Amino acid sequence: MTRALQVGRAVLAPRADAPPKTQGAFAYSSDLSAPGMLWGHTVRSPHAHARIAAVDISEAVAMPGVHAVLTHADVPGAKHYGLEFADQPVLAIDRVLYVGEPVALVAAEHPEQARRAAERIRVEYEPLPPVDDMERATELPDLHPEKPTRGHGYLEDDRPNVVRHMVIRHGDPETEGEVAVSGVYELGMQDQAFLGPESGLAVPDGEGGVDIYVATQWLHVDRDQIAPCLGLPESAVRVHLAGVGGAFGGREDLSMQIHGALLALHTNRPVKIVYNREESFTGHVHRHPARIWCEHRAARDGRLVNVRMRILLDGGAYASSSTAVTSNAASFAVGPYAVENALIDSTCVYTNNPPCGAMRGFGAVQTCFAAEAQLDKLAAALDIDPVELRLLNALEPGDVLPTGQTITGSLPVAEVIRAAAALEPPPGEPLPRDPLRLPGGAGNTSHGEGVRRGVGFAVGFKNIAYSEGFDDSTAARVRLDPSGFAEVHCAAAEVGQGVTSVILQVARLELGLDDVRLAPSQTANVGSAGSASASRLTWMAAGAVRDACRAALAEQALRPGEEIDVERVYRHPRTTPLDPQTGQITGERAHVAFAVCAMKVVAEVDVDLGLTRVVWIGAAQDVGHALNRQHVEGQIEGGTAQGLGLALMEEIQCRGGLIANASFTDYLIPTMLDMPPVESVLIEDPEPDAPYGLKGVGEPPTVVSTAAVVSALRAATGRELVRVPVRPDDIVF
Amino acid sequence: MRVTVRVNGETRQADCWEGESLLFALREKLGLPGSKNACEQGECGSCSVLLDGVLVCSCLVLAAQADGHEVATVEGLADGGELHPVQQAFVDAGAVQCGFCTPGLVVAAVDLLRRNASPSDDEIREALSGNLCRCTGYVKIVDAVRLAAERA
Repeated sequence: MTRALQVGRAVLAPRADAPPKTQGAFAYSSDLSAPGMLWGHTVRSPHAHARIAAVDISEAVAMPGVHAVLTHADVPGAKHYGLEFADQPVLAIDRVLYVGEPVALVAAEHPEQARRAAERIRVEYEPLPPVDDMERATELPDLHPEKPTRGHGYLEDDRPNVVRHMVIRHGDPETEGEVAVSGVYELGMQDQAFLGPESGLAVPDGEGGVDIYVATQWLHVDRDQIAPCLGLPESAVRVHLAGVGGAFGGREDLSMQIHGALLALHTNRPVKIVYNREESFTGHVHRHPARIWCEHRAARDGRLVNVRMRILLDGGAYASSSTAVTSNAASFAVGPYAVENALIDSTCVYTNNPPCGAMRGFGAVQTCFAAEAQLDKLAAALDIDPVELRLLNALEPGDVLPTGQTITGSLPVAEVIRAAAALEPPPGEPLPRDPLRLPGGAGNTSHGEGVRRGVGFAVGFKNIAYSEGFDDSTAARVRLDPSGFAEVHCAAAEVGQGVTSVILQVARLELGLDDVRLAPSQTANVGSAGSASASRLTWMAAGAVRDACRAALAEQALRPGEEIDVERVYRHPRTTPLDPQTGQITGERAHVAFAVCAMKVVAEVDVDLGLTRVVWIGAAQDVGHALNRQHVEGQIEGGTAQGLGLALMEEIQCRGGLIANASFTDYLIPTMLDMPPVESVLIEDPEPDAPYGLKGVGEPPTVVSTAAVVSALRAATGRELVRVPVRPDDIVF
Repeated sequence: MRVTVRVNGETRQADCWEGESLLFALREKLGLPGSKNACEQGECGSCSVLLDGVLVCSCLVLAAQADGHEVATVEGLADGGELHPVQQAFVDAGAVQCGFCTPGLVVAAVDLLRRNASPSDDEIREALSGNLCRCTGYVKIVDAVRLAAERA
């Protein structure tokens, strides 16, 4: 603990990448250029489901400035890739499964030349009826008859289009309660909407290999997918982290990496690809839309006795990380509450909608929205204060989760709930007032007669790091230079969360040295860091850098005055898979650790106009130990904004598989006028298994804020509001 | 066509295709990638620059339209090694995460503080509501602008 406290106190220094970022001097992936560089462009399917009869590139090849036009026939190695299952063609072969699926590539001297040549590529499609309704997907023709996710230890389910079906049976799922509430909840498809579009630069090395500079979340797993498709050994494919303009899960899957490398190797010229915003909407996976059926049974005193939920997720055209999202949705469906009996049935299906995969909160967002609405409903049915009901059922260390796992580490649920509930919201604002402070802002046409105020509350939790037996590791390398400085190598992806600051902070603390330099993140000089995902990287990178620094110091003691260069791989405690039949643990734990966030929200709703205004948000979060308070608050505030967006405005609208709103004009994300002040309380209860007692902090606020915002809208309107984003129609009609 | 622009006080020339935006010319022809390409349709403010002293989205201005005019970009704000007070406030307040929105927000905040030296929180929010940020939830950006105003 002494060491942990030192870490916390040591840091008031601003992050090293902030000054260049404010000056426009930080090199993002779309800022790169190289002498002789060409521009790549991707030809994409206009159909959600079609057979490809023929592709004619002859006209395109002859267009001015064009250096290459490539199709699947030009992919020299494996034709398919994928984050977890290699089910996705590098370029479509004989069919397309979603609107926007890559079909061909062009490289030209100017991006406009590439776009114009792309228009001359003649693809003859034979459209097929799209599978666009997740409820009917299991009765329609199988989009993946080869069943890429089968044989990975999941529950066998022979129905068409099942990505993963999972059931958790806990206690006696037939147990009756004295009071029961039920509901059906829905969430639309959310986009990560990172501001830096997918982009990168591929540079041939002249010896058959390639260097790829790209914005990504996991350099090594990118390389592991790229190299086989290029038909190259891993050593010939070097992936470098370029500046990342936000990620939020949307950069876990590949975008332009293989395409850029193919064009670069084909033309022997550097090739840059930059998606525009419309293309970005089809260029990455999204948060799964969901429909969730719930029944909560309780004793008269408020104690939960049985939770029954059925979860349906639309995985879209390819598997991506859907199997893990399916499992996470189920694992955290009940919320941070103790219940002796539960039946959770979670299914993700393939459709011809855009592929869905990782987004901040990863399955827990969807079930938190449903389960917390249920708790409010139960509180009303029992006439118990909603906060009291949550406290009564709060999980604590020693309790057992529906998966059979006993909570062994830190999980201060009750403390977090009490801290959030104790936050004092600002007083109500009288009318009349500046229209800017009315729901809908300057767009409000009333004098505020219909404005009602509501206070909402919700609690969310999820796992930290990878689960269910995944070998989750991070490597770090420390070089002590005899001249007195240290150099740290770690392939951790700085995506804006501040992991580079954490790495430097830990290294300076452990080495007792100020002159510590962080080498650029790349695959060639150090082992894998794992992904900037699952709220894991601060924990994992801190562990790896700590271990490498301590090893370097030990080595230095043996060989004083010499150069020291050591690499260490850190692993968190081992997890084991869940039983495919029962959803129960097969070892001590399926998840390493958990974090919880509680949120109190004040919202105003104009019930005549259906307009909303979130006035204030108070959050309390279990952070283990905060290495840098300012960064932690930044994660809470930003994570909260993304959940607020899902609650109030964000939805990718698909019509027959086509995204109808692929722009920031039509897909709205919160602006500075939509986001209220946020008051954060950090609850520090050190995690025994983590370096310095810390916990990842990125996801819990996003998990809970959608639920908390809608809870406030319900309190203001008295309406059920079972679907997000909540539309004005849902409030008025 | 040849476009001549005075950028950050320096006369620059670039050969541009008629369809190129000022943003593209700055980023790809003049070696000034600080203005960002987040939406390229005037919705996000990441490409904000001052054109003859007026705040504009450089993605909505053709390079040809800027011919003969004065452009101030984020690269011209710092004074040698010293950050502009707005930039320093963004650093100190923790308003920078991924940073992709930061150049546009800094330019827009500089413009706001020139017009209104001590804006209220509501005025800050209204003035900067055309600049999207996906990382921070804006809390520390409002803090930064307030801090810059207080220090001035």
